[in-house]
Amino acid sequence: MAAINRDDVAHLARLAHIEMSAEELDRMAGELAVIVDSVKSVSEAAGADVPATSHPIPLTNVFRDDVVGHTFTAEQSLSGAPDSLDNRFKVPAILDEA
Amino acid sequence: MSTDATLSFEEAMEKYDPVLGFEVHVELNTKTKMFSSAPNVFGDEPNTNVNEVDLGLPGVLPVVNRTAIESSIKIGLALNCSIAESCTFARKQYFYPDTPKNFQTSQYEDPIAYDGYLDIELADGTVFRVEIERAHMEEDAGKLTHMGGAAGRIQGADFSLVDYNRSGVPLVEIVTKPIEGAGSRAPELAKAYVAAVREIVKNLGVSDARMERGNVRCDANVSLRPHGRERFGIRSETKNVNSLRAVEHAVRYEIQRHAAVLDNGNPVIQETRHWHEDTRTTTSGRPKSDADDYRYFPEPDLVPVVASREWVEELRATLPEPPAARRKRLQADWGYSELEFRDVVNAGVLDEIEETIAAGASASVARKWWMGEIVGRAKNADVDPGQLGVAPATIVELAKMVDDGKINNKMATAVLDGVLAGEGTPAEIVEARGLAVVSDDGPLLEAIDAALAAQPDVAEKIRGGKVQAIGAIVGGVMKATRGQADAGRVRELILAKLGVEG
Repeated sequence: MAAINRDDVAHLARLAHIEMSAEELDRMAGELAVIVDSVKSVSEAAGADVPATSHPIPLTNVFRDDVVGHTFTAEQSLSGAPDSLDNRFKVPAILDEA
Repeated sequence: MSTDATLSFEEAMEKYDPVLGFEVHVELNTKTKMFSSAPNVFGDEPNTNVNEVDLGLPGVLPVVNRTAIESSIKIGLALNCSIAESCTFARKQYFYPDTPKNFQTSQYEDPIAYDGYLDIELADGTVFRVEIERAHMEEDAGKLTHMGGAAGRIQGADFSLVDYNRSGVPLVEIVTKPIEGAGSRAPELAKAYVAAVREIVKNLGVSDARMERGNVRCDANVSLRPHGRERFGIRSETKNVNSLRAVEHAVRYEIQRHAAVLDNGNPVIQETRHWHEDTRTTTSGRPKSDADDYRYFPEPDLVPVVASREWVEELRATLPEPPAARRKRLQADWGYSELEFRDVVNAGVLDEIEETIAAGASASVARKWWMGEIVGRAKNADVDPGQLGVAPATIVELAKMVDDGKINNKMATAVLDGVLAGEGTPAEIVEARGLAVVSDDGPLLEAIDAALAAQPDVAEKIRGGKVQAIGAIVGGVMKATRGQADAGRVRELILAKLGVEG
């Protein structure tokens, strides 16, 4: 079994900004260990001579010409914003200052 | 904000050996963003140079800008790097309001360019090689404006405003290997390195390279170790160092601060520091911790970039002459001494002199006018010499008039001022002011007679062989002709009159 303990899950949850209860942390620690083990079996199937695959389709160099396309108006850009001011997104204070 | 203790730079250098490292971000000047077709333009109305990709709306797909790839390869080549046969993009995950997707699309394990170097020439001509670890492609973040706090700082702000116009602008991040052996020249090297990178990307035409607009931004890493120790000390990373002068000052300050920390027997904290131009100090940012656990993984929405050797060679063939090589060539062509040439470079008139010579002036005439006349006037006007408004053709015309004996040097500088005052071309000003060297010997001989009669003792001295006394007579003639005589011709005539060999 892969060693995924409760602290690992709590750390990941914090990095991913996911709020998790004590029970969820316990349950996920067990489930993630199984998932990691399952993925590991793929690594075992590939030999050392098989390069890591980042994409399933052997496609490269999908490029776009450097030509200006469509843009939004400020109003459109902000249409989904919870809050805005002066045509800009308004976000809460960033530093968590006491 | 508490003030950190510092040692004097000299004492810090006596006790410790600095090791540097730089991450320089270069904004490319493509027409569109790295992964979207929204325009890459500085200074427009907030949140108007964006589309769904830049705002990170759900379900959108990025598409790579071919020109940005080509610019990145050119930068890699200009930095003497190897170009990756194949490379991928990766997601760097973190939560910050300037990054709407909650990840930055960057490169991780396989940068497009790696293992290069740059030879940096310091002010006295010493050449220092800086090894380049990698240059990778990524996208810029949006711009935050902190409101409610003091002086727009994040500390004490009530809230922040975000403009995503800059979001997705193509960036190339150039990372050096640790730079050892700079010693007390570390601050100077830091400045010279960033200046060289800026010059290269500007010369390549791939970036506007304006530091005041953030086109070139530097994070400076500094660590100290006792002399003779191989292992590096703990480093700090100073962000927001966005002028050449600030790079030099920030490195110097961090060396002095680290030295004081170490001197007190404390360990340096590995952390981000923020540079403050007003106080020329740094303050602590967040410590490096698991907040920097970015969990990179390959970007599933972008396929690998394969740079065929043919493509790389095609791009290499388009590279302009490197700035350092160009300077060497120009110095040899123009025949300037090391010192003369360095003064020209430092005065920022290299391009102007090159253009003036191309317009027909000799190398020495071009230097005389730019260094002797224009640089000083530009300084008084507080503009760059090239911005003063002197066209190369103006200098060629003035120099020719002097050569032809139509006007003398003194008149020529007055005519230059006339040109700058918008009075017209040199020929028009000479005409309008009635300037002309008095070349008819008649009036000159009259003036010479008068001058000799006024100073008979001087005339006697000259007759007696003291030719150096002639200056007083020449001066009298020049005064009488209001500076319109050719001083050389006056001298000849006086000697002939007195029957003395010159």
